[in-house]
Amino acid sequence: MALPQIKQDATEARIAALDLPVGGWSDAARQSALGRLREMGLPGRRDEYWKFTRPDTLTQPEAPRAALFDPKEAPVFDEVERLNLVFVDGVFDAEASDDLALEGVTIERLAETRSDLHWAKGLYGTLEANGQVPVQRPLAALNTAFATDGLLIHVTGTPSKPISICYEHKSETSDAMLHHVVKVDAGAEVTILENGPAAARFNKVMEIDVADGARLHHIRTQGRDHERQAVTHVFARLGAESVFKSFTLTANGVLTRNECVIELTGDDAVAHVAGACVGDGDFHHDDTVFVTHDAVNCESRQVFKKVLRNGATGVFQGKILVKAGAQKTDGYQISQSLLLDEDSQFLAKPELEIYADDVACSHGSTSGAIDEEALFYLRSRGVPEPQAVNLLTLAFLAEAVQEIENEALAEEITARIEGWLIRHRD
Amino acid sequence: MLEIKNLHVKLEEEDKQILKGVDLTVEAGKVHAIMGPNGSGKSTLSYVLSGRDGYEVTDGEATLEGNDLLDMEPEERAAAGLFLAFQYPVEIPGVGNMTFLRTALNAQRKARGEEELNATEFLKLIRAKAKDLKIDAEMLKRPVNVGFSGGEKKRNEILQMAMLAPKMCILDETDSGLDVDAMKLVADGVNALRDEGRGFLVITHYQRLLDHIKPDVVHIMSNGRIIKTGGPDLALEVEERGYAHLVEEVA
Repeated sequence: MALPQIKQDATEARIAALDLPVGGWSDAARQSALGRLREMGLPGRRDEYWKFTRPDTLTQPEAPRAALFDPKEAPVFDEVERLNLVFVDGVFDAEASDDLALEGVTIERLAETRSDLHWAKGLYGTLEANGQVPVQRPLAALNTAFATDGLLIHVTGTPSKPISICYEHKSETSDAMLHHVVKVDAGAEVTILENGPAAARFNKVMEIDVADGARLHHIRTQGRDHERQAVTHVFARLGAESVFKSFTLTANGVLTRNECVIELTGDDAVAHVAGACVGDGDFHHDDTVFVTHDAVNCESRQVFKKVLRNGATGVFQGKILVKAGAQKTDGYQISQSLLLDEDSQFLAKPELEIYADDVACSHGSTSGAIDEEALFYLRSRGVPEPQAVNLLTLAFLAEAVQEIENEALAEEITARIEGWLIRHRD
Repeated sequence: MLEIKNLHVKLEEEDKQILKGVDLTVEAGKVHAIMGPNGSGKSTLSYVLSGRDGYEVTDGEATLEGNDLLDMEPEERAAAGLFLAFQYPVEIPGVGNMTFLRTALNAQRKARGEEELNATEFLKLIRAKAKDLKIDAEMLKRPVNVGFSGGEKKRNEILQMAMLAPKMCILDETDSGLDVDAMKLVADGVNALRDEGRGFLVITHYQRLLDHIKPDVVHIMSNGRIIKTGGPDLALEVEERGYAHLVEEVA
């Protein structure tokens, strides 16, 4: 079916504003992604999975200006022993970064690998392309075609410290597009941290291949700068007995769309995706998650919690798809919002689609206010009201934060949320 | 310690008068008990004193050591030394019992201009108090009251009371849902806190709690008023003959 003219025009206008990087192993993948993008067209308001989130500012040729913001606290993970890699407005900052050397892993930059052969060739754009069915994700195809840089991370062992990617935002008009590929070999284990507002507008894709028995922990904080916009995609493919755990904290940011597409392709694999977000005022946060069970005895959990106030909006679109033959699937999905006033809203579209007959899948979605009984109980013990509200808010988010296995990192995230809550008290 | 004069209270949402002129004075060092049939206003009295929403004071006053309680927020009343042991302690998923208690204790100390306890000092204190009430480390780590049995919840209330060391303790039907052993444990906890400087108001349906927590004064409440005041014998009289004859006597 031909695209509507208006969509076609919008897509071409966006493409015209970008340069297609050429030279090297990724050329074919980029060309093929460009073809996919032209076929799909950039998302519009009438597309099924864009009903709750306006894509305009993500798709228009120029990035909307985003003021810089000083949060008056040290960046998260600063105290963590890590290999730190820094991008400023989407441009790699070698000065600020550690050497790309760590035992058990090789790290290269997408922009610097120009030979015809590379291990990432079979993955770059491949998981993204697979993830376009049954739901189209044109902004990810746009990214595959035009990403200017990114990290190619090949984990062969168990690195002694996390790999941390820090995205700094220093230009009010920056429009950054990064594409990372992560390959975790059989039995290997790695933790990847991401943080920072990245750019005025940020489009990021991370393709992750977790081989049999491998483990990947992904912990990210995003947002911070109020006016910045971001669309991110994680495409993960999981082998047998592998573990993939991803947690995201979003605070501030006028628009964030996080898509996570997971395919459990080997038996006994485990995938947990969790998100906690706190939004105040002009804040729109969208989690769109798609988990496909295509193997026996796999476990998946989606835990998404949003705290919204002063007219903030939260969106959750989550699906568990259990293919025929994916018996003994254990699927869980919960999306909840805590609405701190009547102006804020939460829009949820939880879905289950099951073609196997021996599975246990549950999902739930709720919206509610602070529990008055609990609030009174805390106050009657001497806890002042604002502090009591914060305690209950942290408690509400706890189920998501608990998905972080590393206790020190979980505590760091909790401290960040607490700091945000204290700064945003009335 | 606690002085209540001519207290009139109605429900905020509907035109229903619950307390119709309560007069009561609890002296420091004394244990007063309030007994009365269902619906007499006993629990309402405890809620109004602790500052729960949903009630409107239409007349009268309540003071703690001369300070107007009714003018304070619930947390201010707590910092001033008032403590209510809830009839139905609230479950708070996601908030650890320890975190809760430390936050509460330090918030009160801060409000009173006292130094906050650090983690070590707090731990030392809570371990000692918990041991007396047979509350183990596991219970302290769990979220507040979540998955606790009825007895555990009430013991947890008494633990909070012991930690916060209030001046005036109100126990709202602390015996409800307790078996004999649990009741004895709770009563021992309360008795350990009896002190010259501390007042108690024990609200109960039944005399049996008063076998363990011996009151100095017993009040009978009915239809929003205190209709009779006497010594411990009054509780025994209720136990033997019920409330009906007392209500009639007054009417």
